[in-house]
Amino acid sequence: MEAFLHQIFAGLANGCIYGSVALALVMIYQSTHHINFAQGEMATFSTFMAWAMIQAGLPYWGAFFATVAASFILGLLIQRLILRPVEKAPVLTNVIVFIGLLLIVNAMTGWIFDHTLKSFPSPFPKGTWMTTNFFTAHDVGSLIVMLVVVLSLFGFFRYTPVGLAMRAAAQNPDSARLVGIRVSWMLGLGWGLAAAIGAVAGMMVAPIVFLDPNMMAGILLYGFAAALLGGIDNPWGAVVGGFVVGVLENLLGAYVIGTELKLTVALVLIVVTLTLKPNGLFGKAVVTRV
Amino acid sequence: MYESLGDPHMKKSPNKWMWVAAAALAVGLLILPFLFKNYRVFQFNLVMVYAVAILGLNILTGFNGQISLGHGAFYAFGAYTAAVMMDKMGAPYWTTLPVAALFCFVFGFLVGFPALRLAGHYLALATFALAVAVPQLLKYKKIEGLTGGVQGIVLSKPEAPFSFSLFGQPLSPDRWLYFFTLAVAALMFLIAYNLLRGRVGRALIAVRDHPIAATAMGINLPVFKSLTFGVSAAFTGVAGALGAIVVAYVSPDSFTVTLSIFLLVGVVVGGLASIPGAIFGAIFIQYVPNIADELSKSAPAAIYGVLLIALMYLMPMGVMGMVKKLWARVVAPAAPLKDA
Repeated sequence: MEAFLHQIFAGLANGCIYGSVALALVMIYQSTHHINFAQGEMATFSTFMAWAMIQAGLPYWGAFFATVAASFILGLLIQRLILRPVEKAPVLTNVIVFIGLLLIVNAMTGWIFDHTLKSFPSPFPKGTWMTTNFFTAHDVGSLIVMLVVVLSLFGFFRYTPVGLAMRAAAQNPDSARLVGIRVSWMLGLGWGLAAAIGAVAGMMVAPIVFLDPNMMAGILLYGFAAALLGGIDNPWGAVVGGFVVGVLENLLGAYVIGTELKLTVALVLIVVTLTLKPNGLFGKAVVTRV
Repeated sequence: MYESLGDPHMKKSPNKWMWVAAAALAVGLLILPFLFKNYRVFQFNLVMVYAVAILGLNILTGFNGQISLGHGAFYAFGAYTAAVMMDKMGAPYWTTLPVAALFCFVFGFLVGFPALRLAGHYLALATFALAVAVPQLLKYKKIEGLTGGVQGIVLSKPEAPFSFSLFGQPLSPDRWLYFFTLAVAALMFLIAYNLLRGRVGRALIAVRDHPIAATAMGINLPVFKSLTFGVSAAFTGVAGALGAIVVAYVSPDSFTVTLSIFLLVGVVVGGLASIPGAIFGAIFIQYVPNIADELSKSAPAAIYGVLLIALMYLMPMGVMGMVKKLWARVVAPAAPLKDA
C-alpha cells in the first residue's frame, strides 16, 4: 500500500510538470488555434539560458525571473518575425514552419550549450518543512510554483484589460479589431506568455531529468496528452489532465507495462482521447458551420 | 494547376527528342554505378530508397492533404519486417518487399482509420506521437527475441547473382543493389503515376481541396482517406525494407522522430503533390546533411529548419513548383495566357 501511494504521489509530482507544459500549449492554442510543436524545444532553450546565468554567478531566483522575462520576449519575437507572415496560411504550412522552428531551436541549443548532460540545481533545499513522507522538497516546490502560475494566469485573463482583449481577439478576431484591439499583437502576447510558462516548466523539470538539448521530447508528448485529455481550450483542464496523465503513467509503468513503454502510454492516450472524446474531458464541443 | 502547361503547338515533335533524352537518361543511369566508388553507389542507393519513402508520404500529405509526422514508423515497420524475415526465417531478400508492402498497408490502414476523425494539427500531433514512440516500442524487452532489442539486427548484403565488370569495376554487392533498388524504385514510381494521374488521383485532390464537394460528387470519403493512408504506408514500408537491405543493418535508434521529420522535409523541398519532386527531396535529405556536417555537428538540423521556413515563404510548391513555373515561362512567354 505504501509503495502504491508512493507511485501515486510521484505521479502527481510529474503530473504538475506535464500540466505546466500542457498549459503552455493551451495558451497558444487559445490565442492562435495552432499546436506548437516547437514548445518543448523552446522550453529547453530557456532552461539552458537559466543554467548559463546560474553558472555566471546569478542567484537562482534572479536567473529564474530573468529567464522568464527573456523567454517572454523571445516568444514574442518568434511570433512577430517568423509566424506572422503565415498567420493566415493553410494548416500544412503552419505545421511545417513549426517543425522548422523545432529543428532550428534544437540545433541552436546543441550548438551554443553543447550536447553533454548537465545537472540543474533545485531552488528548494532538502530537509525543510517541504520534505514529507511522499514528496521531495522539489516536488512540493514545483507544485506551488505551478499553482502560482495558474492562479496568476487566471487573474490576468479574468481581471486585466489586456487579458480581456486577448480573450476577445481569440474568440472573435473581426469584432475585436473593430473595437480597436490589435489582434495580431495579442497573438504575439499569447506566444510570449506560452514561452514564459514553458520556461518555468523547463526549469522545474530540469533538476529531475538532467539538462540536455532533447530533454523535453518525451515530456512534450505527455504535455500534449494532458492538454488533449483536459480539453485543449481549457487551462484548468490542462492542469487536471497533467495530474491524470502523471498518475496514470506512473501506475501503468510500475504495475502493468514496465518503464520502457512509457512513451507508448502517451501515444495511446492521445489516440484514444482524440478518437473517443475529441474535445477532452472539460473542453467545449466545437461546432463548425458548413 | 497540376496539369502540364504545354500549349498544343508544342506537342507535334517532342516525341523523337523525348525518346532520345529518355534513352540517354536510361543509359546514364545504367553505367552510373561503374563510374563511382562503392561508397558513392551506396549513397545513390539511399537516395532511391528515400525517394520511394518520400513518394509514399507525398501521396498522403501532398495529394490527399493529410499531414503525417509519423511516416518514420512505417519506414521502420517495413525495415524490421525485411530484417526479421531475412535474419530469422532465412527468406531471400527480394521476397521481403511484397510482404513489407502488405504489412505496412494493413498497419497504415489501421492508423488511417482513427485518423479519419482527426484533421490538420490533430493528425500531425497523433502521428508525431507515433513517431516519438517507435524507438521505445522496438526496444521493448518482450519482443527482443524478434527485433534484437537495442542492438538491432545485422544483415549481410546480397551477392550479385552473376559477375561481370565494366570500366574495370566489378559488380559488387552495392552495385548489384543499385540495379535492384533502381528497378524497384522505377516500379513504385510507375505505380504511383498510374494511380494518381487518373480518376483516383483526381479524387484524392478533390478530398484535399474540398471534402464536402468531393462527397457530393460521390467520393466515399472514409474509404478513400483510409485507403490512401494504407497505400502511402505501403510505399514507405517498401522503402523501409529496401533501406534495410541496402544498409544491411536495422536498429531502433535509426528510426527516431528525426527520420519522420526529414521525410516531410523531403516532401516539402521536392514539391507537394509532385511525383518527380520526390527525387529532388531525396537528393536533398541525403546530401545536404553531408555538406552541412562539415560546418558543425549541429548544423544540419538548423539548416533544414531555416530552409523549411524559407521554402514556405518563397516557394511553397518546392523545387518542382519552381521548375514548372520557369518552364511555363520558357515555353509560353506570357502572351497566350493574358487574353485581353
